[in-house]
Amino acid sequence: MKLWAILKVALRALSRNKMRSLLTMLGIVIGVGAVITMVSIGQGAQNLVEEQIQSMGTNILQVWAGSRRFGGIQMGAGTSGTLTEEDILAIERESSVVQAVTPIIRSQGQMVFGNQNWFTQIQGVNDKYLKIRAWPIQDGEFFTEGDIQAAARVVVLGKTVADNLFPGIDPVGQILRVRDLPFRVVGVLSSKGQSMMGQDQDDITLMPYTTVQKKVRGRANLSIENAMLSTVSPAASYVAEKQISEILRQRHRIRQGEPDDFTVRNLSDIAETAQQTTTIMTLLLGSIAAISLLVGGIGIMNIMLVSVTERTREIGIRMAVGARSGQIRLQFLTESLVLSLIGGLIGVLLGAGLAIVISRFFSWPTLVSSLSVLVSFAFAAAVGIFFGYYPAHKAASLDPIEALRYE
Amino acid sequence: MAEATQQERRRTEQHDSGLGLVSPDQSDVIRLEQVHRIYRSGDVEVHALRGVSLAIGRGEFVAIMGPSGSGKTTLMNMIGCLDRPTRGHYFLEGMDVSQFSGNELADVRNRKIGFVFQAMNLLPRTSSLENVELPLLYAGASPREQLRRAREALASVGLSDKERSVPSQLSGGQQQRVAIARALVNRPSIFIADEPTGNLDSRSSLEVMEIFQRLNREQKLTLVLVTHEADIASHATRIVTVRDGRIRQDAPVASPRSARETLDQMPPASDEAAEEAL
Repeated sequence: MKLWAILKVALRALSRNKMRSLLTMLGIVIGVGAVITMVSIGQGAQNLVEEQIQSMGTNILQVWAGSRRFGGIQMGAGTSGTLTEEDILAIERESSVVQAVTPIIRSQGQMVFGNQNWFTQIQGVNDKYLKIRAWPIQDGEFFTEGDIQAAARVVVLGKTVADNLFPGIDPVGQILRVRDLPFRVVGVLSSKGQSMMGQDQDDITLMPYTTVQKKVRGRANLSIENAMLSTVSPAASYVAEKQISEILRQRHRIRQGEPDDFTVRNLSDIAETAQQTTTIMTLLLGSIAAISLLVGGIGIMNIMLVSVTERTREIGIRMAVGARSGQIRLQFLTESLVLSLIGGLIGVLLGAGLAIVISRFFSWPTLVSSLSVLVSFAFAAAVGIFFGYYPAHKAASLDPIEALRYE
Repeated sequence: MAEATQQERRRTEQHDSGLGLVSPDQSDVIRLEQVHRIYRSGDVEVHALRGVSLAIGRGEFVAIMGPSGSGKTTLMNMIGCLDRPTRGHYFLEGMDVSQFSGNELADVRNRKIGFVFQAMNLLPRTSSLENVELPLLYAGASPREQLRRAREALASVGLSDKERSVPSQLSGGQQQRVAIARALVNRPSIFIADEPTGNLDSRSSLEVMEIFQRLNREQKLTLVLVTHEADIASHATRIVTVRDGRIRQDAPVASPRSARETLDQMPPASDEAAEEAL
């Protein structure tokens, strides 16, 4: 008996009882539909979080100089002055996975333009900063290596600063004042929005780090408390962490067993936590939906058992005309498989449709991934086989004589 | 009448004396040797067959008779390979099927045996053609072959015009003819009918018997008919009577009734008139 013949028999049996077949299918339709919808909601959220993290830069590491001690009082990260420009150059040169490094010299100050003023964070960085943070410039341009060497008084404004200082005016080319010194605005950054921690990332002013060191801080403090670097990929950040540690320990001549005089911070940790959270959410939603799929499967078993009892005579006839018990089993198994596969197919369409509706009308991002479609479809098939097996086995192990006499 | 009874008795005795000693004979299609069948339900043992030996040759038309509980149905199930003897042997065309596995028995039923049952054992909501195709499906015939042979079989019972009808659209007699076509479609060696006329009126019964006699005469088909109606049994060429799990009588019918002739004598009109004619 060939496959087509079994399929034909199963399809005919199902079409002979359309209403029941449809109701049985409904369980699987709802189950698969729920899995697809729930997982797509979860994955949509996951995707959103991932995008946010990506904008934060998952391949970004920060190196902080160690803490300085003042008679037992720890002054906090970055205060020891152990991190130098040479260290940064060495990291860029020697590490195989580091893409670019910039020192970050932090300061803050009141920006003044005409009768407008705005207090903001100042970061002194080098020309690689935008590349590291994957942050495009919106207007004008970024400062150059020449500006850095010359410690030129140029600034690049974050969107928030530009909007507050220059309402209705193009800031590029304008001169603003910081600590009574004139600075020329060379560019405005595109908006990056809030950080994961709720900070406005656009409330910032960038300057060449040399300018901050020499002109903003007001004293020639050439130490660097903090450096930011990007690796070739988010996955490489752990390797980078190790390499940086080795390079700095060697350069700072720290002996084995002695503690580091610097700290390497890895943003991937935050990213991972956030990703884990959303993955857990997806799993949770998916598993709740999977329960409904399971219930659908039990529905199939229920109906198939009723069907086997009701069709005892048919089974007897088939056996009398020469059906082997294996063929009977296969027939009933095929019936439940066909039910669950068709149900699964409808469920996938329903679930995907629902996900689209949700994203459109509730503005919740959803993502119907091919993986979730495949998995839930395969799961539906497995449910069909698993819950179809017992009724099919029951049908196959009927005694033909009793089956024929069954009323 | 007395003479016939004597003859029967002699035949039975012959069989009894030959118990267990009969060797498989190729000319016999069916050969049962000391077949016992014991059913167990809990602690109760039911001895349905108590040592039945029976040989049926090719082309015979045997009626098995007996009251209910006599074991005739068990005997029929045995001959039809639906059941296996608890003890004893059953040779079907020389094969000892009493040793066969469930799957082997299914194959034997498929290829060697055609069944017709009392209750209209057709698949409901399934066309006549598909019902007749059923044994071919399990024989692994190609769809084209299935269709051709099913059409042929339906034609041979005079139902070519009912191919698409489902059982509920057919009369009892027509349904039984579809069942006969289904039994014939795989060209079986033996044809087993279990009370095939039990649910039919006289005319339909006669029509069924007419088909049986024609098949027996023209195709030399071996027929085993289980019935408790004496006038139906009298269409056979030999009557075996079973009682208490044993064969009580086994006698040839001197001049079997011809269903054709009875049908010809019947007025073609209503069923009442047909019954009066009998």
